[in-house]
Amino acid sequence: MGFRIKYTLKNVFLLLFGLLLIYPLVWLFFASFKTNNEIFGSLKLLPNSFSWDAYINGWKGSGQFGYGVFLLNTFKLVIPTVLFTIASSSVVAYGFARFNFVLKKPLFALMISTLMLPNTVIIIPRYLQFQKLGWLNSYLPFIVPAIFACYPFFIFMLVQFFRGIPRDLDESAFLDGCGRVRFLISILLPLSKSALFSVAIFQFIWTWNDFFNTLIYIDSVKKFPLSLGLRMSMDATTSINWNQIIAMSIITIIPPVILFFFAQKHFVQGIATTGIKG
Amino acid sequence: MKNSLACTPKRKFRDNIGLLFISPWIIGFLAFQLYPLVASLFYSFTDYSLLSKPVFTGLKNYIDIFTVDPDFYNSIKATFIYTLIAVPGKLIFALIIAMILNSKLRFAGAYTTMYYLPSILGGSVAISILWRFLFKSDGIINMAFGKLSIPAVDWLGSPDVALFTISLLTIWQFGSSMVIFLTGLKNIPYELYEAAKIDGASSVKKFLHITVPMLTPMILFNLVMQTINAFQEFTGAFVITNGGPMKATNLMSLMIYDNAFSFFKMGYASALSWILFIVIIAMTLIIFRTSNNWVHYEDKEDF
Repeated sequence: MGFRIKYTLKNVFLLLFGLLLIYPLVWLFFASFKTNNEIFGSLKLLPNSFSWDAYINGWKGSGQFGYGVFLLNTFKLVIPTVLFTIASSSVVAYGFARFNFVLKKPLFALMISTLMLPNTVIIIPRYLQFQKLGWLNSYLPFIVPAIFACYPFFIFMLVQFFRGIPRDLDESAFLDGCGRVRFLISILLPLSKSALFSVAIFQFIWTWNDFFNTLIYIDSVKKFPLSLGLRMSMDATTSINWNQIIAMSIITIIPPVILFFFAQKHFVQGIATTGIKG
Repeated sequence: MKNSLACTPKRKFRDNIGLLFISPWIIGFLAFQLYPLVASLFYSFTDYSLLSKPVFTGLKNYIDIFTVDPDFYNSIKATFIYTLIAVPGKLIFALIIAMILNSKLRFAGAYTTMYYLPSILGGSVAISILWRFLFKSDGIINMAFGKLSIPAVDWLGSPDVALFTISLLTIWQFGSSMVIFLTGLKNIPYELYEAAKIDGASSVKKFLHITVPMLTPMILFNLVMQTINAFQEFTGAFVITNGGPMKATNLMSLMIYDNAFSFFKMGYASALSWILFIVIIAMTLIIFRTSNNWVHYEDKEDF
């Protein structure tokens, strides 16, 4: 009897508290169909009538470039970054997980310790470095570090995963004359699909949401990703068309949300086995 | 001594081709992490406005920061207060919800998803804009307060409250820490609780003497990572209040950003970023030092 009551109480609490937490998101969604006056006028969640006006007008953006351009830019920034992160991190993780080379331990420790290196500290010289290289106002400051595996979090995650795959597999493959590169490509990586998947999802969402770095490296509106476009829309006019801003906010959060629901199992596993950030 | 031979593992042969595999990381580390770190230290001793070459000025930037700059103490104070609200707040919610989720519930998966969602989106500009809208003086939070006859709060306009409002956005994203705690809770052997039950321990005692000690490695991990993140908070404070009102939310990263990219004082901003770095290292070391007293390890791991 007591157990049942406790069980019900827990469920009720989790449900109510959870709803309270995601209420702002639900509100945001419905507000995007409201008129400007209605957003301010009432506390009601549902709009009086569903209108797509905010989406249609908001999509045009406030100046020369609309959200179609910002969305395309975001993909141009995010997709190469994600692909190169997967490729470079798995090669490096393979090196750390399967070979015994000189200085392996200190190098691994160094790699782990860079997890704690604050971005804020290196942002200024990086900016100056990229300026000299002529990379400012392009997506290279995101893509090139991805090529060179500058995301220790993902290397660590994959090393952990590779370690769980039995070594016997390597030995029997080598006996069959399989080379080391081929072993990685045709045996280890296919077995690690779920881990690679979580690397992709994490990197996608982090790069998609990234604001600080895009703010620093990208300065022409033509190249703005969604995050910068959104902030510009808000700052551009003195009287903010809140319903348009809200509609465009929904546009920017829909891809990560879809990805999250689509792949939440990997996601939660990924964060649980190595978990950082959020 | 006698046993030492038996204990040595099978001799591993060197396989230096591994170096080739990790070489992308080595290059990336040198070019995009080590070099910027050293360069930032160098710039911090210079006057560098981007237009002319850096001029070496010794400790001047650091001396100015501590003696002349009217904003520095305010900024570092705001950063500490923000961290002291956001990190414990986040971890307490994460732990409470993880504990409830850990009992056998039918919809545990759905709840986890619901609580994790804010962690996915929270760092984005869209959510910062939402926060700004919700907490405006005439925003829906105050409208709801009005309905409940609670006096309106000046969430973003009052210097004392604004920092708390920004912290609330961070606390709201407790889902990722919660998932880490949940993993830890699932790994606590059930027999420990059984034994405690036989000894007649109360649930408070079980919590204090089993759950918390067994969870300390996770607490340490969350504490360190969240502290490092909190000291660098930028998006929320920048988009929601832009450092205001009266610089109450002008966190260190905003101050560094302004000096570097609005005033182009690259040297000065580098010195500020080194001070922030040293603060972060000091806090991390303090947490690790004291952790020897409160973190309980079942077995030592490789790293």
